[in-house]
Amino acid sequence: MSILTVKNLKLQFGGLLAVDDLSFTVEKNSISSIIGPNGAGKTSVFNMITGFYRPTGGEIILDGDSLINKKPSKITSLGMARTFQNLRLFPNLSVLDNVKSGMHCRTKQTVWGALFRTKNQKTEEQLIEEVARECIDFVGIRKYTNRAAKNLPYGEQRYLEIARALATKPKIILLDEPAAGLNFEEKQYLINLIRRIRDEFNITVLMIEHDMALIKQISEHITVIDYGCKIAEGTPHEVLQDEKVIEAYLGKEDAV
Amino acid sequence: MDIFLQILFDGLVIGAFYSLIALGYTMVYGIIKLLNFAHGDLYMIGAFVGFTLLSLVTGDGGLNTGLLGIGMVFIITMVIVGLLGMGVERLAYRPLLLAPRLSILITALGVSLTLENSSMLGWGASYKVYPISLPKNGFEIVGAQISYAQIGMIVLSALLMIGLRLFIDKTIYGKAMRAIALDQTASSLMGVNVYRIIALTFFIGAFLAAGAGIMSGVYYGTINFMMGFIIGLKAFTAAVLGGIGNITGAMLGGFVLGIVEAYGTFYLGGSWKDVLAFGILILFLVFKPTGILGAKEMERM
Amino acid sequence: MKKFMKNKKQSLSLLIIVMLVLPFVLNIYWLDVLTFVLFYVVLAQGLNIVVGYTGLLDLGYAAFFAVGAYTTAILMTTFHWSFWLTLPVAFLFAVVAGVIVGAPTLRLRSDYLAIVTLGFGEIVRILAINLEITGSASGIYGIPRPTIGSYVLSTQKDFYYLILVVAILSIIIVYRLGNSRIGRAWVYIREDEDAAEAMGINRIRLKLLSYASGAVIGSFAGSVFAVKMTAIAPLSFSFQQSVMILLAVVLGGLGSIRGVVVGAALVIVLPEILRGVDDWRHLIFGVSLIVMMVFRPQGIWPAKHEADDEDDLEEDESKDKKQSVPV
Repeated sequence: MSILTVKNLKLQFGGLLAVDDLSFTVEKNSISSIIGPNGAGKTSVFNMITGFYRPTGGEIILDGDSLINKKPSKITSLGMARTFQNLRLFPNLSVLDNVKSGMHCRTKQTVWGALFRTKNQKTEEQLIEEVARECIDFVGIRKYTNRAAKNLPYGEQRYLEIARALATKPKIILLDEPAAGLNFEEKQYLINLIRRIRDEFNITVLMIEHDMALIKQISEHITVIDYGCKIAEGTPHEVLQDEKVIEAYLGKEDAV
Repeated sequence: MDIFLQILFDGLVIGAFYSLIALGYTMVYGIIKLLNFAHGDLYMIGAFVGFTLLSLVTGDGGLNTGLLGIGMVFIITMVIVGLLGMGVERLAYRPLLLAPRLSILITALGVSLTLENSSMLGWGASYKVYPISLPKNGFEIVGAQISYAQIGMIVLSALLMIGLRLFIDKTIYGKAMRAIALDQTASSLMGVNVYRIIALTFFIGAFLAAGAGIMSGVYYGTINFMMGFIIGLKAFTAAVLGGIGNITGAMLGGFVLGIVEAYGTFYLGGSWKDVLAFGILILFLVFKPTGILGAKEMERM
Repeated sequence: MKKFMKNKKQSLSLLIIVMLVLPFVLNIYWLDVLTFVLFYVVLAQGLNIVVGYTGLLDLGYAAFFAVGAYTTAILMTTFHWSFWLTLPVAFLFAVVAGVIVGAPTLRLRSDYLAIVTLGFGEIVRILAINLEITGSASGIYGIPRPTIGSYVLSTQKDFYYLILVVAILSIIIVYRLGNSRIGRAWVYIREDEDAAEAMGINRIRLKLLSYASGAVIGSFAGSVFAVKMTAIAPLSFSFQQSVMILLAVVLGGLGSIRGVVVGAALVIVLPEILRGVDDWRHLIFGVSLIVMMVFRPQGIWPAKHEADDEDDLEEDESKDKKQSVPV
């Protein structure tokens, strides 16, 4: 069963067709990837799925809900969380406050509750804190809980971004190059973390990644795009033997 | 018809001042994305420095150097204020180029207050009468009175703008400015001395604003330390109107705003003139933030 | 930590007692100065929500002050309403004004927003000067005194206590909002708007709420100002006023409640101490804005976002001693 369906997605910047008639599906509870050479349009696809870019055409459906013309915040509340290619934390806030942001769309206290400290407000605040701490523990950065995000080591900042996304209680999490800048041990940790996200929380994972070794290890399904078009899809084994894929990455055979 | 033409000419003169000041806004914005609140005050300082120097060369006991002296005053004033603009950049803005946007905006506000109140302390709070005034004679076209002074102002402004256009299009410095506006990091990697070019941009912006300052002193006859505040806002409106960061746009925007305002004042009355300008500013920022000549940006949610 | 909390409570209660006793100690002149400090505390707290928490530079905040003052003044003079009944109307108008300023500017970049708010502030002032209902340039005078039961608030002390209550309320409001999911969402928007949106925070709605909350607090200050002064004129709601309020927030520390209180006190009390060099006042303010931003952008008494806890102790020496910039 698919949780995310992308149909005939199209994005045009002026005269440039960044994404052209792209269709793919993501199976529920899978770990899937989108790969492709630099500038192939991967991040544009992510930005359209999460509502940051408005597609020129096409359809995106998350678990029965169309995401077209919806604000990013609305899409998040429908159950999609994301991380960014270049970390986008709240740099001056503590790790705890960073992660609490995820619970915003799962809670509903208003000005009234805040001003009069109602019982509902207090229970909700407790819940927000519990969930945030659980997510912080889950990614393993508990000892930094009260630290400002910008003072964390780089790898921990990446895990923090994941914790923050998990706190939105998503059905699917989109990771934009989660391994970028990580060293070997950190990558192993990340692989394990991604598996645990799926296995323990039952969250579908869709990621963009450059690191082929990492993709091969954890991806169950890969979609390859180049120049905004899908050129191949399947299991890592199938995809990495596909001639078009090899060509896209290494150039045409006769050119070598 | 005569009234129509008369207003058009009045609008063109005011528009020329707006254009000259708007250029400074747009250049600084184009190059470091800073909204330099203090820019209108450099115009005011220009008017005052010009006032002091002109008092030296004209009037009783003055040096009486005639037109040449007045021309020299123009140039010296513009250079002094240009240097002041560079000084402001060096002291107040450069330390904050990498800081969050809010910090540098607040600093710009501080610079504006500092310039206004320094001027008040130095030259006094009262209105000053400009030492030279323009001959009132002129000619008539289809019933409209056009003075030579008005023609002179417009021509002088146009010359300054053409000069700037040539400077930016034809010189290596102009090329460097355009390069930094596109990509600061890449420019510095290509060997452009980014700080020096930013300083130069401030110099030119302040230089032009000072020119407008003296001209408006001569044109209106009186100056005051608060004169830069409203006109700064108007010039910013002009820059937005033309598409901020766009040099030709700033020139065009200044004239358009001057003319619209002149007709607005005529039909709505002077007290609503500022409301009209701010209304235009807000409408443009909300519905067409890229201005008349601006490029269309990608649609983002 | 516990002990510190207890100390905090004690010093707060002590401060409130001192504030309650002060009118009996101070002469009329200093009582008046202190009353204005409290006005500024209220205004600066309101602006703090918009600039300090949400990170939106509002250069026309005095407009909201004007909305409250004029609403109360007009309703009390022309329509003979009771002061207390004008407050809900002022509240409503402030929300509407906040939304009118906020709505069109929400998608704008921060510097455009600053200039648009400045434009709005000027438009409100020009309207006040030109409209008949606001008494044109001379403003509105003869605003009646408010009454509580049969007691008429008329002395200096009465108004001191009235504004003291408003100030304490505004601090509680800002504190409680700031420590709720709403206040945190404002700070997320300030820190990184796109990331906040991605985390499910509807930035448009929350920015509007921020504007409206700030506007309401500013307008209450205006309502009290109208009845204290018994006369109001457009001069009180100029751009300079907006800048002074902003200065209080910046000096004290953007997003810091106690810092903003200190900032408000400085902005009002310093010129009184520096009497005789009156002309220098605004120059000093201008220079201090620059100096603060260049050397201490977090303000005199900054907001704290990082806390030490036991797990952290061993790493404390590595901690960056420089306080974080809250913007």
